[in-house]
Amino acid sequence: MSGERTLVVWCPDWSVVAAGRCDVPAAVLAAGRVVACSAAARVEGVARGLRRRQAEARCPGLVVVDHDPAADARAFEPVVVAIEAFTPEVEIVRPGVCAMATRGPSRYFGGDDVLTARVAAAVDGALPAGAPVCRVGVADGPFAAERAARKGLVVPPGASAAFLSGFPVSTLSSGPAAEAGSGGLADLLVRLGIRSLGQLAELPTPAVLARFGPDGEVAHRLARGLDERPVAARTPPLDLTVVAELDPPVDRLETAAFVAKSLADRLHESLGVQGLTASRVLVEAEWEHGERLGRRWRLDGDGGRTAGALAERVRWQLDGWMTAGGEAGGRPSGGLTLLRLVPEEVRPDDGRQLGFWGGDRAAAEQVARALARVQGMLGPDAAVIAVPAGGRSPAEQVRLVPWGERPPVDGGPVRPWPGRIPAPSPATVHPVPVPAEVAGARLSVAGGPWSSVVAWAGPWPVDERWWDDAAHRRRVRWQVVTAEGTAHLLSQQADRWEVEATYD
Amino acid sequence: MAGERLLPVLPALEALFPAGGLRRGSVVSVAGSTSLALSLLAAASAQGSWCAGVGLPSLGLAAAAELGVVLERFPLVASPGRASGAGGWGWVVAALVDAFDVVLARPPAYVKAADARRLTARTRERGAVLVVTGGGGWPEPAEVQLTVASSMWEGVGQGHGRLRGRRVEVVAGGRGAAARERRMSLWLPHPDGAIAPCTNDETAPCTDGEEVVDERGTHARRVVS
Repeated sequence: MSGERTLVVWCPDWSVVAAGRCDVPAAVLAAGRVVACSAAARVEGVARGLRRRQAEARCPGLVVVDHDPAADARAFEPVVVAIEAFTPEVEIVRPGVCAMATRGPSRYFGGDDVLTARVAAAVDGALPAGAPVCRVGVADGPFAAERAARKGLVVPPGASAAFLSGFPVSTLSSGPAAEAGSGGLADLLVRLGIRSLGQLAELPTPAVLARFGPDGEVAHRLARGLDERPVAARTPPLDLTVVAELDPPVDRLETAAFVAKSLADRLHESLGVQGLTASRVLVEAEWEHGERLGRRWRLDGDGGRTAGALAERVRWQLDGWMTAGGEAGGRPSGGLTLLRLVPEEVRPDDGRQLGFWGGDRAAAEQVARALARVQGMLGPDAAVIAVPAGGRSPAEQVRLVPWGERPPVDGGPVRPWPGRIPAPSPATVHPVPVPAEVAGARLSVAGGPWSSVVAWAGPWPVDERWWDDAAHRRRVRWQVVTAEGTAHLLSQQADRWEVEATYD
Repeated sequence: MAGERLLPVLPALEALFPAGGLRRGSVVSVAGSTSLALSLLAAASAQGSWCAGVGLPSLGLAAAAELGVVLERFPLVASPGRASGAGGWGWVVAALVDAFDVVLARPPAYVKAADARRLTARTRERGAVLVVTGGGGWPEPAEVQLTVASSMWEGVGQGHGRLRGRRVEVVAGGRGAAARERRMSLWLPHPDGAIAPCTNDETAPCTDGEEVVDERGTHARRVVS
């Protein structure tokens, strides 16, 4: 099944346009990295992914704006209204990008090329002054169409695979396939020598599915210019629509967003019971004076298909209607009386559930909430989880990773570590070794009283990282037991003694 | 697991608790041994409970894993703030007691009796188990109080062998049913890695020196002897 003919409108640098800074050198930052920049800034060398300091170094006088996804969505609303003149079925992929099926409209307007020109003209009319012109592309399936939009091309029917074959596989990590860690998949493919989508498309489907699982299959379908949705994607047979009636009507965005949140949770839960997940959701709202507005959102992008991602999109949409719709003439005249979420396209949930190591999910979610509270108060590094790592000293045998981050994927403790301190490991490992003094067969820890050493083992010499002058350490380790029955792991460097760990 | 009133402990430790396990809603204090505190968590953690550590920046996590704590379900808040308000030690413990089955916490140098009572009540209400160890101590009498009275290491001699096993004398006391003092000898750990009860005339099953630790270790031993 070849992908459905799709037209994609791409407004470049949307976050900058939404912030109203496209006329000056400006960059939008999220989590300390540039996510979008204006054309003026790009000329100076600013690019996506740079840190703030790097960007400012390349372009003095750079205007830096924090990323506000809600503002992006709000500013996009007039554009969507403009495209709606051509078809009611507009799908917002993310703020700045939206898609529509071209079958009907292009026959009506006389071909893809004419439609493309008309849509581009309509969108450019709706863009704020000074914004870079939009790009429109048509191809089979939304993935190929987005690539085509970036180049401003109309790819003839059936030629999408050939069009895509020259793109690098890293293209997969920015489109709809970005979910479920396809970024990792693209990396893996490159390491295996598969650098372009064309090379990926040549592989036999069963082999791709066997080796890379469902994610790999989706990527393979995309590379062949097919629809990324499996054939099984269908209109739900059950009525899974969730509705909230609001009485009295709501004028405030915060209240409406709160309703949206609980509605999204409900939808997500009822889909979860069926083992389904929604990939496209229609958000419908009814207003006090009888207006009815609806908008489709794709749930494939970076946020995935979680209840949180859905709630966020509904909130953006409400924000667009209630706050910004004014200029476009779309602002409803009364309060919100009804909010409805219709899952228009569902597919089996192939394991997008959060992996909680097989534990009880409710308990795991509670735990995640409690830790999020602690991290919210004390910073993300405050709550950590230990992952086994390789190393000789007890401190090196675990690595602490902030809770919620992916643990590093390197080898772990599997390699042999000759000279590793054998089990049992000490239950107290001093983060900063405690200075100690040894004289004769007596030991004093941190200037404390002397106690006699009744047994000891060692010395175990270690000469680590001799290839690196800064990290080079040469020392000798001992296990000692004092007369009180306390055992310590001592390390000795020249005549300096330290307690590394205590067996207590 | 949430419905059960008792969280399991390792079979060797059951005799230390009048209920035969960690009663949900109770506070247990452990003095003198971090390993003993960690080993209380082992059985519950292995059965799928979530445990957390608060205020223990020097916890030996390799040891925790060896004693049977599942590290994937053992997040740590190593350094909570000092103050008693939001973000402080008491606040973090209260937040975690809400969600975790067992919270292992090292109190700061001084805990107000009122804060301790509040945490005890919170623990009881949420059905968690709070294990306090070390630090400035716990101003409230805990339901079960475990103290390591003496410990003796096996397997290490005068410049040879290595630490292999340890025999400890644990004194258990507390309130209510736990008030009667009990004493118990334990291998913590046994030279084969487990935690086991120990009879007084038992000797270490292995002697020192004969086992090759690793290349460097053997080399070093030759130098000394």
